[in-house]
Amino acid sequence: MITFKIKRYNPEKQAEPYFEEFQLGETDDLTLLDCLNQIKWTLDGSLTYRMSCRSAICGSCAVKANGHAILACQKQASQLVKDNDTITLEPLGNMKPIKDLAVDFKPFWDKVDKVNPYLQPSKKSPEKETKQSPEQFKLIDDASTCIMCGACYSDCNVLEVDDNFLGPAALAKAQRFVQDSRDGNTLARVKELSKPGGIWDCTHCGECVERCPKPAEPFDRIKEIMTVALEQGVTNNNGARHALSFTKSVKSSGSLNENIIPVESVGFFNAKGLFDLLPVGLRMLFKGKNPPILHKSIDDVDDVKRIYRELNE
Amino acid sequence: MKFALFTGCVAKGATRELMLSTMKSAEGLGIEFVEMKSASCCGAGVVSEKNPLLADALNARTISIAEEQGLDLVTICSTCQGILKKTECHVDSDPAYKEKVNTVLEEGGHQYAGGKVKIQHFANVLGTEEGLTLLRDKVKRPLTGLKTAAFYGCYVLRPSELSLYEDPDNPTGMEEIFKILGATPVYYESRTKCCGFPIIMMNKDASHDMAGNALIDAIDSGADCVVTGCPLCHLSLDAYQPEIDKMNKKGCSIPVLHLPQLVALALGYSPQELGMDKHIISTTRLDKILA
Repeated sequence: MITFKIKRYNPEKQAEPYFEEFQLGETDDLTLLDCLNQIKWTLDGSLTYRMSCRSAICGSCAVKANGHAILACQKQASQLVKDNDTITLEPLGNMKPIKDLAVDFKPFWDKVDKVNPYLQPSKKSPEKETKQSPEQFKLIDDASTCIMCGACYSDCNVLEVDDNFLGPAALAKAQRFVQDSRDGNTLARVKELSKPGGIWDCTHCGECVERCPKPAEPFDRIKEIMTVALEQGVTNNNGARHALSFTKSVKSSGSLNENIIPVESVGFFNAKGLFDLLPVGLRMLFKGKNPPILHKSIDDVDDVKRIYRELNE
Repeated sequence: MKFALFTGCVAKGATRELMLSTMKSAEGLGIEFVEMKSASCCGAGVVSEKNPLLADALNARTISIAEEQGLDLVTICSTCQGILKKTECHVDSDPAYKEKVNTVLEEGGHQYAGGKVKIQHFANVLGTEEGLTLLRDKVKRPLTGLKTAAFYGCYVLRPSELSLYEDPDNPTGMEEIFKILGATPVYYESRTKCCGFPIIMMNKDASHDMAGNALIDAIDSGADCVVTGCPLCHLSLDAYQPEIDKMNKKGCSIPVLHLPQLVALALGYSPQELGMDKHIISTTRLDKILA
């Protein structure tokens, strides 16, 4: 016997969401989606959720189970059972619920739309197909597996506090075009993606990779765009300056110079940015917590410098 | 127990109290740490933004140094831990890539073998049966009455395949340590979330909001202090707490300890010996609870 504690919401009847419990006896070999269907077909026909393919292909049935986004059709209910044989089900996070487990995906699609998710070739279309080598395809293979289920968007730690962030799904989709050998708009794309709300606002929490039901793994794709942006010389922003300053610091001493990196990240001529660093800097100085003024190199720093030279850095 | 200690950069810089308390914990527990003085920065997932191969080469070099020492590697930073494990995974899973990395290392006299040493966070070492027994035997001043909220740090949890915690969505390793020390763990939703530190230079408000939400969650759950295994989380949660306090209507004030500080307190060291006077948010209120 499994108890499904489901967050119910119907604004036409009750303004506030509430939890309702349903119990199913025979759940062996059933996916979570099978269980939701059983509840809807036999216990309460008004239960609302999205579903379609039942094969982890369409991306419709993502919900939060025990606090984390999953595809309901991809997990056996028995694998999700927590204490007291219960599974808690809620709608995806970071989007507004419409009814029960169905949420409004509009902001999600708007952000995907913002990254121009289509090829923008620089050359005229060839008479026949444009060929890609296996190596070229490999660069976009992972991102191409995204099924737009919204699981990453739901659990993204940045979106919980900042609606302006494009979010992991849209950025993974962007990588699929930034690194597509047939696309001719790479520079313009990475310039746009380097603006506030873009790649450099990703906080490295890894939630999107953890929740992604496919190999798309958005955080890894976001990092690939960062590398391309730096290669393309799109460096007039704090994120890019931070990456460059960090890499330079390790090159010169083998370790981080924490006094220099914040200054180089905001930019030497950014008066407001530098002023903003003052309170925390003074606070740490006052407590004797500031990093040592004379930055010490690691032993054998020459080997680290040699590695940088060997890799043309 | 003897380990190669990978200190990371921040424990030698802005959170020197972490290094101090780590060495006191080791002294009190009889653990021998051999500091890896020629190991470079792990890159914190930032060097790999510039050049992924460079980051992996530097970290493979670090792991190879532990291999040469014949000692398992211990980190005291969640970020270092996760980044070193990522390199281990990248290099171990692709023989051609491993050869490429080793070609880069060759001239420096290092070769990454793989599979020879374990890479563990200090919390993982203390969380083993042997570690918990050692702690149980050495606790001199049980932290009775102290309600402690663990803040794990993303990189020791995600991706879960590389995490050393059994259930990274619901880890209990730090809380198990708290119980042995006599403290009362507080379980709260934000303990596995991000502190926002990686974007503190790019999106300050979002960064502080993330840290603030976690701190308020810990306070609302009844915690006396937050305890973290990551010095970057510590900076975000402690050094920037005055800004976070101002941003929140309800206000926000809670001491944030490094895990080795909590351990060493229970081993009988004084807060001053553990650099707790260096914190931005005063920890003196904890003295009253422990008095």
